[in-house]
Amino acid sequence: MAAELSYNTAELVCISSGRLLEDGKVVFAGAGLPLLAAILAQKTHAKTLTILFEGGVIGPFVEPGKLPPSTNEQRCATRANMVLPTTDVLLLQQRGYVDYGFLGGAQVDQYGNINSSCIGDWNKPAVRLPGTGGGNDIASLSNVIVAMHHEKRRLVKRVDFVTSPGYLSGGNSRKEAGLIAGGILKVVTHLGILGFDEEEKVMCLEALQPGATVEEVRKNTGFDLMIKEDLGESTPPTEEELRILHILDPEKRYTTPRGE
Amino acid sequence: MEHSYLELRAKTAKKDKGLKEKVMSLTEAVTLIPDNVHVAIGGCHYSRTPIALIWEIIRQKKSGLVFSKSITATEGDLLLVAGTTRHIITSWFSPGVTWGVSRIMRHFVQSGEATYEEWSHMSLGLRYRAAAMGVPFLPTRSMLGSDVYKQLTDIKEMQCPFTGDKLALVPALHPDVAIIHVQKADSYGNAQITGFPFMDKDIALAADRVILTTEQIIDNNEIRRTPDRTDIPFFCVDAVVEVPYGCVPHECYAAYEPDFNHMDMYVKLMMERSTEGVQEYLDKYVYAPQTFDDYLSLFKVKDIVRATLNARKGYGS
Repeated sequence: MAAELSYNTAELVCISSGRLLEDGKVVFAGAGLPLLAAILAQKTHAKTLTILFEGGVIGPFVEPGKLPPSTNEQRCATRANMVLPTTDVLLLQQRGYVDYGFLGGAQVDQYGNINSSCIGDWNKPAVRLPGTGGGNDIASLSNVIVAMHHEKRRLVKRVDFVTSPGYLSGGNSRKEAGLIAGGILKVVTHLGILGFDEEEKVMCLEALQPGATVEEVRKNTGFDLMIKEDLGESTPPTEEELRILHILDPEKRYTTPRGE
Repeated sequence: MEHSYLELRAKTAKKDKGLKEKVMSLTEAVTLIPDNVHVAIGGCHYSRTPIALIWEIIRQKKSGLVFSKSITATEGDLLLVAGTTRHIITSWFSPGVTWGVSRIMRHFVQSGEATYEEWSHMSLGLRYRAAAMGVPFLPTRSMLGSDVYKQLTDIKEMQCPFTGDKLALVPALHPDVAIIHVQKADSYGNAQITGFPFMDKDIALAADRVILTTEQIIDNNEIRRTPDRTDIPFFCVDAVVEVPYGCVPHECYAAYEPDFNHMDMYVKLMMERSTEGVQEYLDKYVYAPQTFDDYLSLFKVKDIVRATLNARKGYGS
């Protein structure tokens, strides 16, 4: 057995969410941790994964140590196959060319709705957040993976504002609203991998991250979380994954844990 | 800001569409923008932002302007603190994920002093495109069921007359003026954008009036050798201003990266001291310099050289 590897919670979220991206697929990645996780996947198990960025980029190879703080800047276009107007790259999702939308989440609820607009009432917000960007379009039109830190204030029963739609109020409500394609696939946190119940469309714990317990997950979740019967355990980050991650983000600009 | 289709056509018909010289100074170009109109800003986030025009707009103390932009970065802070606008139509507003949430945006929106009208990125793009196409709206499958949709008054839902699918209809957005920075343009306004086109072609066609700044003015013969690379046709354009480094501290694709040291300095000032910090920034960088060259002189040469070299290396590598 190898000696126990050291990694922080953000690195764990990055690696385990990146693993969900399969080779040969197309991922639309948001800024921050999703961008890093998608590049990591491309450098490890998913060599022919195609990354799309909101700026209009198809299939770039972003350089290690030069991760941009925005998906709308030129570093995102390094060795890209194509650059498109923003509207057109987003429309590829409506056409159906995108297999995964990959987002970070400020606040996510039991139905996978994401809030990145405001904390408190919309008309008089306690905290106004940056807004949707392409998040709403990604969540409306693609199958979404969310990578986030697991905290009670972030995983809530009902988001204050549905910026990016998940399953809305559960059951058939997403389809009834007119969002007939896409939906939220997984929420990956530093404590677990969460999926959604087939019928109710409610979040459920599918696997624990290494070292995490059900009790710990429950304690850090703002609603009564369903636990899958055959609860799995996620494989710890490997030495190779961590090595590549450190090359990609040497200053840990994207992998410094928040909220700890 | 409401246009009927025939009014729109009449305005366009009246426009002088001749192949004519439109080169002027930054000061002259900005006098083409009246108060209380809607100005669309080209570029996206901190990329290809027409900073020189925004700098001059603030200096000319324009007021009551409504701005629209795909994603808003630090220029939005400056326009709010300077009092140029109290209404921004955009999809995201902050300097960038690693820099945190704009304290200026929070201050003005949370206090109710300013409106941040939030549309999804794609729906804003479709609104400009509808305007560029001369149709009153475009349908989309995005935004349905979300609170982004619900808080907007200017959006409708319909059932597709062919398939029965539910669709969101987003209305055409016609700016009075578009301000756009490009890498190359000739003196008539034929503009060639390198790298990300963002929404700029649509914005140029959607607007009544277009003001261009360009890194470089090139000869019309050069345009005619590569007409396939022209993104904005001359007859849309009303003013052309040559402004090298016209996006600093933001980036201009293949020309220069952002001045990250300056951006870090600005964000620190803004996050620590909010409106007071940004007021100090405006005094030093916008009001004090007499010309845009004087403004550029406040930046460190080594930072600008590094930003330039990085962009050249990245481009096409």
